Amino acid sequence: MDKISSQRFEILIVGAGPAGISAAIRAAEGGARVGTVDDNRAPGGQIWRADYGGTRAPDAARWTNLLETAPITKLCGTRVFHQPEPGVLLAEGSDILYELHYRALVIATGARERFHPFPGWTLPNVMGAGGLQAMVKSGLPVRGKRVVVAGSGPLLLAVAAYLRQHGAEIPIICEQASWRSMAKFGVALLSDPGKIAQGLKLKRELIGIPFAANSWPVAAHGRQALESVTISRAGKSTTIPCDYLACGFHLVPNAELAMLLGCEVNGGYVKVDEFQRTSAESIFCAGEPTGIGGVELSLIEGQIAGLAATGRIAEAKALFGKRRRARRFAEILDRTFRLRPQLARLPSAETVVCRCEDVTYSRLQAHASWRGAKLHTRCGMGPCQGRVCGPAAEFLFNWKPDSVRPPVFPARVENLAALYTHQETERNAVSRGKQ
Amino acid sequence: MPSHVTVMVNGLAVSVPSGATVAVAMVMAGQACRTSVTGEPRGPLCGMGVCFECRVAINGVPHCRSCQIVCETGMDVRTDG
Repeated sequence: MDKISSQRFEILIVGAGPAGISAAIRAAEGGARVGTVDDNRAPGGQIWRADYGGTRAPDAARWTNLLETAPITKLCGTRVFHQPEPGVLLAEGSDILYELHYRALVIATGARERFHPFPGWTLPNVMGAGGLQAMVKSGLPVRGKRVVVAGSGPLLLAVAAYLRQHGAEIPIICEQASWRSMAKFGVALLSDPGKIAQGLKLKRELIGIPFAANSWPVAAHGRQALESVTISRAGKSTTIPCDYLACGFHLVPNAELAMLLGCEVNGGYVKVDEFQRTSAESIFCAGEPTGIGGVELSLIEGQIAGLAATGRIAEAKALFGKRRRARRFAEILDRTFRLRPQLARLPSAETVVCRCEDVTYSRLQAHASWRGAKLHTRCGMGPCQGRVCGPAAEFLFNWKPDSVRPPVFPARVENLAALYTHQETERNAVSRGKQ
Repeated sequence: MPSHVTVMVNGLAVSVPSGATVAVAMVMAGQACRTSVTGEPRGPLCGMGVCFECRVAINGVPHCRSCQIVCETGMDVRTDG
Protein backbone atom coordinates (compact mmCIF):
# COMPACT_ATOMS: atom_id res chain seq x y z
CA MET A 1 0.00 0.00 0.00
CA ASP A 2 1.23 3.52 -0.78
CA LYS A 3 2.12 5.83 2.08
CA ILE A 4 -0.30 8.63 2.80
CA SER A 5 0.73 12.28 2.99
CA SER A 6 -1.73 14.82 4.35
CA GLN A 7 -1.09 18.44 3.36
CA ARG A 8 -2.96 21.66 4.08
CA PHE A 9 -3.19 24.67 1.78
CA GLU A 10 -5.02 27.95 1.87
CA ILE A 11 -5.10 27.92 -1.93
CA LEU A 12 -4.75 24.69 -3.88
CA ILE A 13 -4.44 24.78 -7.65
CA VAL A 14 -5.14 21.75 -9.83
CA GLY A 15 -3.20 22.05 -13.07
CA ALA A 16 0.17 23.72 -13.61
CA GLY A 17 -0.22 25.10 -17.12
CA PRO A 18 -0.39 28.85 -17.83
CA ALA A 19 -3.65 29.40 -15.87
CA GLY A 20 -2.55 27.34 -12.87
CA ILE A 21 0.95 28.83 -12.72
CA SER A 22 -0.28 32.42 -12.92
CA ALA A 23 -2.98 31.72 -10.30
CA ALA A 24 -0.41 30.16 -7.96
CA ILE A 25 2.08 33.01 -8.32
CA ARG A 26 -0.48 35.76 -7.69
CA ALA A 27 -1.98 33.84 -4.76
CA ALA A 28 1.42 33.24 -3.15
CA GLU A 29 2.47 36.91 -3.41
CA GLY A 30 0.22 37.74 -0.49
CA GLY A 31 1.91 35.14 1.73
CA ALA A 32 -0.83 32.49 1.49
CA ARG A 33 0.15 28.82 1.72
CA VAL A 34 -0.21 27.72 -1.90
CA GLY A 35 0.16 24.34 -3.60
CA THR A 36 -0.10 23.12 -7.18
CA VAL A 37 -0.84 19.57 -8.23
CA ASP A 38 -0.36 18.39 -11.82
CA ASP A 39 -0.41 15.06 -13.65
CA ASN A 40 2.59 15.87 -15.83
CA ARG A 41 6.23 15.35 -14.96
CA ALA A 42 7.01 19.08 -14.97
CA PRO A 43 4.99 22.30 -14.73
CA GLY A 44 4.02 24.08 -17.95
CA GLY A 45 0.96 22.17 -19.08
CA GLN A 46 0.69 21.13 -22.71
CA ILE A 47 1.38 24.45 -24.38
CA TRP A 48 4.54 25.12 -22.35
CA ARG A 49 5.79 21.54 -22.35
CA ALA A 50 9.60 21.73 -22.37
CA ASP A 51 11.67 19.93 -24.99
CA TYR A 52 13.33 16.87 -23.51
CA GLY A 53 16.57 18.89 -23.50
CA GLY A 54 14.79 21.26 -21.09
CA THR A 55 14.36 24.30 -23.35
CA ARG A 56 11.17 26.35 -23.36
CA ALA A 57 9.78 29.37 -25.20
CA PRO A 58 10.78 32.70 -23.50
CA ASP A 59 7.31 33.52 -22.09
CA ALA A 60 7.01 29.99 -20.74
CA ALA A 61 10.48 30.17 -19.20
CA ARG A 62 9.65 33.44 -17.42
CA TRP A 63 6.49 32.10 -15.77
CA THR A 64 7.87 28.67 -14.97
CA ASN A 65 10.98 30.27 -13.41
CA LEU A 66 8.72 32.45 -11.26
CA LEU A 67 6.92 29.31 -10.14
CA GLU A 68 10.19 27.56 -9.45
CA THR A 69 11.44 30.29 -7.11
CA ALA A 70 8.12 31.12 -5.38
CA PRO A 71 7.37 29.52 -1.99
CA ILE A 72 4.80 27.16 -3.51
CA THR A 73 4.47 23.41 -2.92
CA LYS A 74 4.59 21.79 -6.35
CA LEU A 75 3.33 18.24 -6.74
CA CYS A 76 4.17 16.92 -10.22
CA GLY A 77 3.32 13.52 -11.68
CA THR A 78 0.35 13.51 -9.32
CA ARG A 79 -3.27 13.19 -10.36
CA VAL A 80 -6.38 14.14 -8.47
CA PHE A 81 -9.00 11.41 -8.57
CA HIS A 82 -11.54 11.99 -5.83
CA GLN A 83 -13.07 14.44 -3.37
CA PRO A 84 -14.04 12.41 -0.27
CA GLU A 85 -15.57 15.51 1.36
CA PRO A 86 -15.75 19.25 0.59
CA GLY A 87 -12.35 20.89 1.08
CA VAL A 88 -10.33 17.69 0.57
CA LEU A 89 -8.99 16.14 -2.62
CA LEU A 90 -7.23 12.83 -3.01
CA ALA A 91 -4.35 12.57 -5.44
CA GLU A 92 -2.09 9.73 -6.49
CA GLY A 93 1.66 10.10 -7.06
CA SER A 94 3.96 7.33 -8.29
CA ASP A 95 4.09 5.66 -4.85
CA ILE A 96 2.24 8.03 -2.56
CA LEU A 97 -1.36 8.95 -1.85
CA TYR A 98 -1.97 12.62 -1.04
CA GLU A 99 -4.81 13.98 1.03
CA LEU A 100 -4.89 17.65 0.03
CA HIS A 101 -6.89 20.01 2.23
CA TYR A 102 -7.79 23.43 0.88
CA ARG A 103 -9.62 26.58 1.89
CA ALA A 104 -10.02 27.69 -1.73
CA LEU A 105 -9.46 25.67 -4.88
CA VAL A 106 -8.54 26.87 -8.37
CA ILE A 107 -9.36 24.40 -11.13
CA ALA A 108 -6.96 25.00 -14.02
CA THR A 109 -7.15 21.61 -15.72
CA GLY A 110 -6.67 22.92 -19.27
CA ALA A 111 -7.90 21.28 -22.43
CA ARG A 112 -7.24 18.20 -24.50
CA GLU A 113 -7.43 17.60 -28.22
CA ARG A 114 -10.70 16.75 -29.83
CA PHE A 115 -10.41 13.48 -31.71
CA HIS A 116 -12.78 12.51 -34.45
CA PRO A 117 -13.20 8.91 -35.65
CA PHE A 118 -12.67 7.96 -39.29
CA PRO A 119 -11.71 4.60 -40.80
CA GLY A 120 -8.16 3.70 -39.74
CA TRP A 121 -7.78 6.35 -37.03
CA THR A 122 -6.87 3.66 -34.47
CA LEU A 123 -3.71 2.58 -36.37
CA PRO A 124 -0.40 3.10 -34.57
CA ASN A 125 1.31 6.34 -35.73
CA VAL A 126 -1.98 8.15 -36.18
CA MET A 127 -1.68 10.61 -33.31
CA GLY A 128 -3.11 13.90 -32.17
CA ALA A 129 -1.48 16.98 -33.66
CA GLY A 130 -0.58 18.18 -30.18
CA GLY A 131 -0.04 14.50 -29.40
CA LEU A 132 2.74 14.08 -31.95
CA GLN A 133 4.26 17.41 -30.89
CA ALA A 134 4.30 16.21 -27.27
CA MET A 135 6.00 12.99 -28.42
CA VAL A 136 8.67 14.95 -30.30
CA LYS A 137 9.15 17.15 -27.24
CA SER A 138 9.55 13.89 -25.31
CA GLY A 139 12.39 12.74 -27.56
CA LEU A 140 10.84 11.20 -30.70
CA PRO A 141 13.04 11.99 -33.73
CA VAL A 142 11.06 13.03 -36.83
CA ARG A 143 13.97 14.07 -39.08
CA GLY A 144 13.26 12.82 -42.59
CA LYS A 145 9.78 11.55 -41.63
CA ARG A 146 6.73 12.45 -43.69
CA VAL A 147 3.94 13.82 -41.53
CA VAL A 148 0.48 14.78 -42.78
CA VAL A 149 -1.03 17.37 -40.43
CA ALA A 150 -4.83 17.40 -40.44
CA GLY A 151 -7.91 18.36 -38.46
CA SER A 152 -8.81 21.83 -37.31
CA GLY A 153 -7.63 24.82 -35.36
CA PRO A 154 -4.60 27.07 -35.01
CA LEU A 155 -2.67 24.28 -33.29
CA LEU A 156 -2.23 22.57 -36.70
CA LEU A 157 -0.07 25.45 -37.95
CA ALA A 158 2.01 25.63 -34.79
CA VAL A 159 2.55 21.86 -34.87
CA ALA A 160 3.48 21.84 -38.57
CA ALA A 161 6.03 24.62 -37.97
CA TYR A 162 7.45 22.76 -34.97
CA LEU A 163 7.72 19.43 -36.80
CA ARG A 164 9.41 21.07 -39.77
CA GLN A 165 11.94 22.76 -37.46
CA HIS A 166 12.73 19.25 -36.25
CA GLY A 167 13.38 17.98 -39.75
CA ALA A 168 10.03 16.46 -40.72
CA GLU A 169 8.63 16.80 -44.22
CA ILE A 170 5.04 18.08 -44.21
CA PRO A 171 3.36 17.24 -47.55
CA ILE A 172 0.15 19.07 -46.57
CA ILE A 173 -1.84 20.70 -43.78
CA CYS A 174 -5.57 19.87 -44.05
CA GLU A 175 -7.98 22.23 -42.26
CA GLN A 176 -11.64 21.22 -42.20
CA ALA A 177 -12.85 24.82 -41.81
CA SER A 178 -13.79 26.67 -44.97
CA TRP A 179 -11.70 29.41 -46.56
CA ARG A 180 -14.60 31.74 -45.84
CA SER A 181 -14.49 31.21 -42.08
CA MET A 182 -10.68 31.23 -42.14
CA ALA A 183 -10.79 34.60 -43.92
CA LYS A 184 -13.13 35.96 -41.25
CA PHE A 185 -10.73 34.63 -38.62
CA GLY A 186 -7.87 36.48 -40.32
CA VAL A 187 -9.84 39.74 -40.47
CA ALA A 188 -10.79 39.42 -36.80
CA LEU A 189 -7.13 38.98 -35.89
CA LEU A 190 -6.23 42.23 -37.64
CA SER A 191 -7.51 44.11 -34.59
CA ASP A 192 -4.82 42.44 -32.44
CA PRO A 193 -1.21 43.46 -33.14
CA GLY A 194 0.21 40.70 -30.93
CA LYS A 195 -1.65 38.04 -32.85
CA ILE A 196 -0.55 39.55 -36.19
CA ALA A 197 3.11 39.32 -35.14
CA GLN A 198 2.63 35.72 -34.05
CA GLY A 199 0.84 34.98 -37.31
CA LEU A 200 3.57 36.52 -39.47
CA LYS A 201 6.28 34.57 -37.65
CA LEU A 202 4.31 31.36 -38.14
CA LYS A 203 3.73 32.22 -41.80
CA ARG A 204 7.50 32.54 -42.36
CA GLU A 205 8.05 29.18 -40.71
CA LEU A 206 5.41 27.53 -42.86
CA ILE A 207 6.56 28.84 -46.27
CA GLY A 208 6.33 26.15 -48.92
CA ILE A 209 3.96 23.83 -47.02
CA PRO A 210 0.67 23.39 -48.91
CA PHE A 211 -2.30 24.42 -46.79
CA ALA A 212 -5.76 23.17 -47.76
CA ALA A 213 -8.98 24.47 -46.25
CA ASN A 214 -12.22 22.45 -46.77
CA SER A 215 -10.00 19.42 -46.32
CA TRP A 216 -9.97 16.50 -43.91
CA PRO A 217 -8.75 12.88 -43.59
CA VAL A 218 -11.28 10.29 -44.80
CA ALA A 219 -9.26 7.12 -44.11
CA ALA A 220 -5.91 6.03 -42.74
CA HIS A 221 -4.39 2.88 -44.23
CA GLY A 222 -1.83 0.36 -43.04
CA ARG A 223 -1.49 -3.17 -41.71
CA GLN A 224 0.28 -3.08 -38.36
CA ALA A 225 0.82 0.70 -38.46
CA LEU A 226 0.01 3.73 -40.61
CA GLU A 227 1.27 3.63 -44.22
CA SER A 228 -0.82 6.27 -45.97
CA VAL A 229 -3.79 8.55 -45.54
CA THR A 230 -6.58 9.49 -47.92
CA ILE A 231 -7.66 13.08 -47.64
CA SER A 232 -10.63 14.87 -49.08
CA ARG A 233 -9.64 18.20 -50.58
CA ALA A 234 -12.25 20.42 -52.19
CA GLY A 235 -14.38 17.34 -52.83
CA LYS A 236 -11.59 15.20 -54.35
CA SER A 237 -9.81 12.30 -52.66
CA THR A 238 -6.02 11.94 -52.68
CA THR A 239 -3.94 9.24 -50.98
CA ILE A 240 -0.62 10.35 -49.49
CA PRO A 241 2.01 7.90 -48.19
CA CYS A 242 3.30 9.04 -44.78
CA ASP A 243 5.02 7.93 -41.56
CA TYR A 244 2.75 9.83 -39.19
CA LEU A 245 -0.65 11.47 -39.31
CA ALA A 246 -0.87 14.32 -36.79
CA CYS A 247 -4.60 14.79 -36.47
CA GLY A 248 -6.58 16.84 -33.96
CA PHE A 249 -9.82 18.76 -34.31
CA HIS A 250 -9.18 21.77 -32.07
CA LEU A 251 -9.63 21.42 -28.31
CA VAL A 252 -12.17 20.35 -25.69
CA PRO A 253 -12.07 21.58 -22.10
CA ASN A 254 -11.06 19.26 -19.26
CA ALA A 255 -14.18 19.94 -17.21
CA GLU A 256 -14.45 16.52 -15.50
CA LEU A 257 -12.97 17.55 -12.14
CA ALA A 258 -15.13 20.69 -12.00
CA MET A 259 -18.18 18.54 -12.75
CA LEU A 260 -17.22 16.04 -10.07
CA LEU A 261 -17.00 18.88 -7.55
CA GLY A 262 -20.49 20.08 -8.49
CA CYS A 263 -19.55 23.19 -10.48
CA GLU A 264 -22.23 24.23 -12.93
CA VAL A 265 -21.29 23.63 -16.57
CA ASN A 266 -22.83 25.18 -19.67
CA GLY A 267 -22.24 23.73 -23.15
CA GLY A 268 -19.25 21.80 -21.82
CA TYR A 269 -17.61 24.87 -20.25
CA VAL A 270 -17.39 25.63 -16.54
CA LYS A 271 -19.54 28.63 -15.60
CA VAL A 272 -17.67 31.37 -13.73
CA ASP A 273 -18.50 34.87 -12.48
CA GLU A 274 -16.32 37.94 -13.06
CA PHE A 275 -13.90 36.81 -10.33
CA GLN A 276 -13.57 33.34 -11.91
CA ARG A 277 -15.71 31.86 -9.11
CA THR A 278 -17.67 28.74 -10.05
CA SER A 279 -21.13 27.93 -8.70
CA ALA A 280 -19.49 25.75 -6.00
CA GLU A 281 -18.41 27.30 -2.69
CA SER A 282 -14.72 28.42 -2.61
CA ILE A 283 -13.96 26.87 -6.00
CA PHE A 284 -12.53 29.00 -8.81
CA CYS A 285 -11.83 27.99 -12.39
CA ALA A 286 -9.43 29.56 -14.87
CA GLY A 287 -8.17 28.96 -18.39
CA GLU A 288 -9.44 26.53 -21.03
CA PRO A 289 -12.18 24.82 -18.92
CA THR A 290 -14.10 28.14 -18.97
CA GLY A 291 -13.70 28.55 -22.77
CA ILE A 292 -10.93 27.71 -25.23
CA GLY A 293 -8.99 30.99 -25.51
CA GLY A 294 -5.30 30.11 -25.55
CA VAL A 295 -2.34 31.11 -23.40
CA GLU A 296 -3.05 34.82 -23.18
CA LEU A 297 -6.56 34.42 -21.80
CA SER A 298 -5.43 31.61 -19.49
CA LEU A 299 -2.74 33.82 -17.95
CA ILE A 300 -5.22 36.63 -17.30
CA GLU A 301 -7.92 34.35 -15.88
CA GLY A 302 -5.38 32.55 -13.72
CA GLN A 303 -4.16 35.81 -12.26
CA ILE A 304 -7.71 37.00 -11.57
CA ALA A 305 -8.50 33.70 -9.83
CA GLY A 306 -5.31 33.84 -7.75
CA LEU A 307 -5.94 37.44 -6.73
CA ALA A 308 -9.64 36.97 -6.01
CA ALA A 309 -9.02 33.79 -4.00
CA THR A 310 -6.72 35.79 -1.71
CA GLY A 311 -9.05 38.77 -1.40
CA ARG A 312 -7.13 41.18 -3.67
CA ILE A 313 -10.28 42.39 -5.36
CA ALA A 314 -9.09 45.74 -6.77
CA GLU A 315 -6.09 44.13 -8.46
CA ALA A 316 -8.31 41.41 -9.89
CA LYS A 317 -10.71 44.03 -11.25
CA ALA A 318 -7.84 45.84 -12.96
CA LEU A 319 -7.44 42.81 -15.26
CA PHE A 320 -11.09 42.67 -16.39
CA GLY A 321 -10.50 44.85 -19.48
CA LYS A 322 -7.65 42.70 -20.73
CA ARG A 323 -9.73 39.60 -20.15
CA ARG A 324 -12.64 41.03 -22.16
CA ARG A 325 -10.37 41.55 -25.17
CA ALA A 326 -8.81 38.09 -24.86
CA ARG A 327 -12.26 36.49 -24.63
CA ARG A 328 -13.24 37.98 -27.95
CA PHE A 329 -10.45 35.91 -29.48
CA ALA A 330 -11.88 32.81 -27.78
CA GLU A 331 -15.28 33.45 -29.35
CA ILE A 332 -13.73 33.87 -32.79
CA LEU A 333 -11.76 30.63 -32.37
CA ASP A 334 -14.93 28.80 -31.43
CA ARG A 335 -16.86 30.07 -34.46
CA THR A 336 -14.04 29.50 -36.92
CA PHE A 337 -13.05 25.97 -36.02
CA ARG A 338 -16.44 24.45 -35.23
CA LEU A 339 -16.68 21.04 -36.91
CA ARG A 340 -18.66 20.99 -40.14
CA PRO A 341 -21.72 18.70 -39.91
CA GLN A 342 -20.62 16.46 -42.81
CA LEU A 343 -17.74 15.16 -40.67
CA ALA A 344 -20.38 13.20 -38.77
CA ARG A 345 -20.56 10.93 -41.83
CA LEU A 346 -16.84 10.04 -41.74
CA PRO A 347 -17.00 6.87 -39.62
CA SER A 348 -18.04 3.68 -41.40
CA ALA A 349 -20.17 1.05 -39.63
CA GLU A 350 -17.02 -0.78 -38.46
CA THR A 351 -15.08 2.31 -37.35
CA VAL A 352 -14.17 2.07 -33.69
CA VAL A 353 -15.46 5.10 -31.79
CA CYS A 354 -14.57 4.04 -28.23
CA ARG A 355 -10.94 2.92 -28.41
CA CYS A 356 -10.77 1.57 -24.85
CA GLU A 357 -13.61 -0.91 -25.38
CA ASP A 358 -13.55 -1.16 -29.21
CA VAL A 359 -17.15 -0.07 -29.62
CA THR A 360 -17.96 0.54 -33.28
CA TYR A 361 -20.07 3.25 -34.85
CA SER A 362 -22.82 0.81 -35.86
CA ARG A 363 -23.14 -0.53 -32.30
CA LEU A 364 -23.56 2.99 -30.97
CA GLN A 365 -26.11 3.85 -33.64
CA ALA A 366 -28.53 1.42 -32.02
CA HIS A 367 -28.81 3.63 -28.91
CA ALA A 368 -30.69 6.79 -28.14
CA SER A 369 -28.46 8.31 -25.47
CA TRP A 370 -24.90 8.36 -24.12
CA ARG A 371 -26.12 6.69 -20.98
CA GLY A 372 -27.91 3.92 -22.87
CA ALA A 373 -24.87 3.37 -25.09
CA LYS A 374 -22.61 3.20 -22.02
CA LEU A 375 -24.79 0.68 -20.24
CA HIS A 376 -25.19 -1.60 -23.26
CA THR A 377 -21.86 -1.31 -25.07
CA ARG A 378 -19.39 -0.16 -22.36
CA CYS A 379 -18.63 2.85 -24.57
CA GLY A 380 -16.80 5.46 -22.47
CA MET A 381 -16.25 3.07 -19.58
CA GLY A 382 -12.63 2.13 -20.24
CA PRO A 383 -9.59 3.73 -18.62
CA CYS A 384 -9.92 7.07 -20.48
CA GLN A 385 -13.43 7.31 -19.06
CA GLY A 386 -14.89 8.78 -22.22
CA ARG A 387 -12.34 11.59 -22.54
CA VAL A 388 -11.65 10.56 -26.15
CA CYS A 389 -14.97 9.07 -27.31
CA GLY A 390 -17.28 11.31 -25.24
CA PRO A 391 -16.77 14.49 -27.28
CA ALA A 392 -16.80 12.39 -30.49
CA ALA A 393 -20.11 10.72 -29.57
CA GLU A 394 -21.54 14.08 -28.59
CA PHE A 395 -20.77 15.42 -32.07
CA LEU A 396 -21.77 12.25 -33.96
CA PHE A 397 -25.06 11.58 -32.18
CA ASN A 398 -25.80 14.85 -30.42
CA TRP A 399 -25.71 13.05 -27.06
CA LYS A 400 -25.28 14.99 -23.85
CA PRO A 401 -22.60 13.75 -21.46
CA ASP A 402 -23.47 12.09 -18.16
CA SER A 403 -22.65 13.30 -14.70
CA VAL A 404 -19.08 12.52 -13.59
CA ARG A 405 -18.49 9.91 -10.92
CA PRO A 406 -15.41 9.25 -8.84
CA PRO A 407 -12.69 8.26 -9.35
CA VAL A 408 -12.31 10.98 -11.98
CA PHE A 409 -9.09 9.24 -13.12
CA PRO A 410 -8.33 5.53 -12.74
CA ALA A 411 -6.61 5.10 -9.38
CA ARG A 412 -4.71 2.11 -8.06
CA VAL A 413 -7.09 -0.16 -6.22
CA GLU A 414 -4.87 -0.20 -3.13
CA ASN A 415 -5.27 3.57 -2.92
CA LEU A 416 -9.02 3.33 -3.08
CA ALA A 417 -8.76 0.68 -0.37
CA ALA A 418 -6.30 2.79 1.63
CA LEU A 419 -8.68 5.69 1.41
CA TYR A 420 -11.46 3.55 2.82
CA THR A 421 -9.37 2.24 5.71
CA HIS A 422 -8.08 5.76 6.34
CA GLN A 423 -11.60 7.17 6.50
CA GLU A 424 -12.64 4.34 8.81
CA THR A 425 -9.69 5.11 11.11
CA GLU A 426 -10.59 8.80 11.12
CA ARG A 427 -14.25 8.06 11.78
CA ASN A 428 -13.29 5.78 14.64
CA ALA A 429 -10.95 8.44 16.02
CA VAL A 430 -13.73 11.04 15.79
CA SER A 431 -16.29 8.80 17.48
CA ARG A 432 -13.75 7.88 20.18
CA GLY A 433 -13.16 11.61 20.74
CA LYS A 434 -16.89 12.16 21.13
CA GLN A 435 -17.35 9.42 23.68
CA MET B 1 24.43 13.00 -18.87
CA PRO B 2 24.93 10.36 -21.60
CA SER B 3 23.23 11.23 -24.89
CA HIS B 4 21.32 7.95 -25.06
CA VAL B 5 19.90 5.32 -22.74
CA THR B 6 19.01 1.73 -23.55
CA VAL B 7 15.82 0.05 -22.43
CA MET B 8 14.53 -3.45 -23.12
CA VAL B 9 11.26 -3.64 -25.08
CA ASN B 10 9.90 -7.19 -25.03
CA GLY B 11 13.47 -8.39 -24.53
CA LEU B 12 15.01 -6.33 -27.36
CA ALA B 13 17.41 -3.46 -26.64
CA VAL B 14 16.18 -0.03 -27.82
CA SER B 15 18.40 3.04 -27.65
CA VAL B 16 16.60 6.37 -27.13
CA PRO B 17 17.75 9.96 -26.49
CA SER B 18 18.31 10.65 -22.76
CA GLY B 19 15.15 12.08 -21.22
CA ALA B 20 12.87 10.40 -23.76
CA THR B 21 9.68 8.76 -22.54
CA VAL B 22 8.89 5.06 -22.78
CA ALA B 23 6.21 5.89 -25.38
CA VAL B 24 8.99 7.31 -27.57
CA ALA B 25 10.97 4.07 -27.15
CA MET B 26 7.92 2.08 -28.26
CA VAL B 27 7.39 4.17 -31.40
CA MET B 28 11.14 4.11 -32.22
CA ALA B 29 11.13 0.33 -31.81
CA GLY B 30 8.13 0.09 -34.15
CA GLN B 31 6.23 -1.78 -31.44
CA ALA B 32 2.54 -1.35 -30.71
CA CYS B 33 2.02 -0.55 -27.01
CA ARG B 34 -0.99 -2.77 -26.51
CA THR B 35 -3.48 -5.01 -28.23
CA SER B 36 -7.06 -3.75 -28.05
CA VAL B 37 -9.96 -5.91 -26.82
CA THR B 38 -10.69 -7.01 -30.40
CA GLY B 39 -7.00 -7.59 -31.20
CA GLU B 40 -5.96 -4.37 -32.94
CA PRO B 41 -2.45 -3.00 -32.39
CA ARG B 42 -2.49 0.41 -30.67
CA GLY B 43 0.11 3.10 -30.05
CA PRO B 44 0.25 6.53 -28.43
CA LEU B 45 -2.53 8.94 -29.44
CA CYS B 46 -2.74 11.97 -27.14
CA GLY B 47 0.85 12.13 -25.85
CA MET B 48 -0.37 13.72 -22.62
CA GLY B 49 -1.68 10.97 -20.36
CA VAL B 50 -5.37 11.21 -21.25
CA CYS B 51 -6.13 8.41 -23.74
CA PHE B 52 -4.40 5.42 -22.05
CA GLU B 53 -3.59 3.91 -25.48
CA CYS B 54 0.15 3.84 -24.73
CA ARG B 55 -0.04 1.69 -21.63
CA VAL B 56 2.59 -0.99 -21.13
CA ALA B 57 4.08 -2.99 -18.26
CA ILE B 58 7.26 -1.42 -16.87
CA ASN B 59 9.51 -3.44 -14.56
CA GLY B 60 6.58 -5.72 -13.87
CA VAL B 61 4.06 -2.95 -13.09
CA PRO B 62 1.14 -3.28 -15.52
CA HIS B 63 -0.92 -0.47 -17.12
CA CYS B 64 1.73 2.28 -16.96
CA ARG B 65 1.03 5.22 -19.26
CA SER B 66 4.29 5.13 -21.20
CA CYS B 67 3.99 8.77 -22.35
CA GLN B 68 4.30 9.95 -18.74
CA ILE B 69 7.37 7.90 -17.80
CA VAL B 70 10.98 8.68 -18.71
CA CYS B 71 13.26 5.83 -19.87
CA GLU B 72 15.91 4.63 -17.44
CA THR B 73 18.82 2.38 -18.37
CA GLY B 74 17.87 -1.27 -18.15
CA MET B 75 14.15 -0.67 -17.80
CA ASP B 76 12.15 -3.78 -18.71
CA VAL B 77 9.19 -2.78 -20.87
CA ARG B 78 6.60 -5.33 -21.95
CA THR B 79 3.48 -4.97 -24.07
CA ASP B 80 0.41 -6.50 -22.50
CA GLY B 81 -0.17 -8.90 -25.43
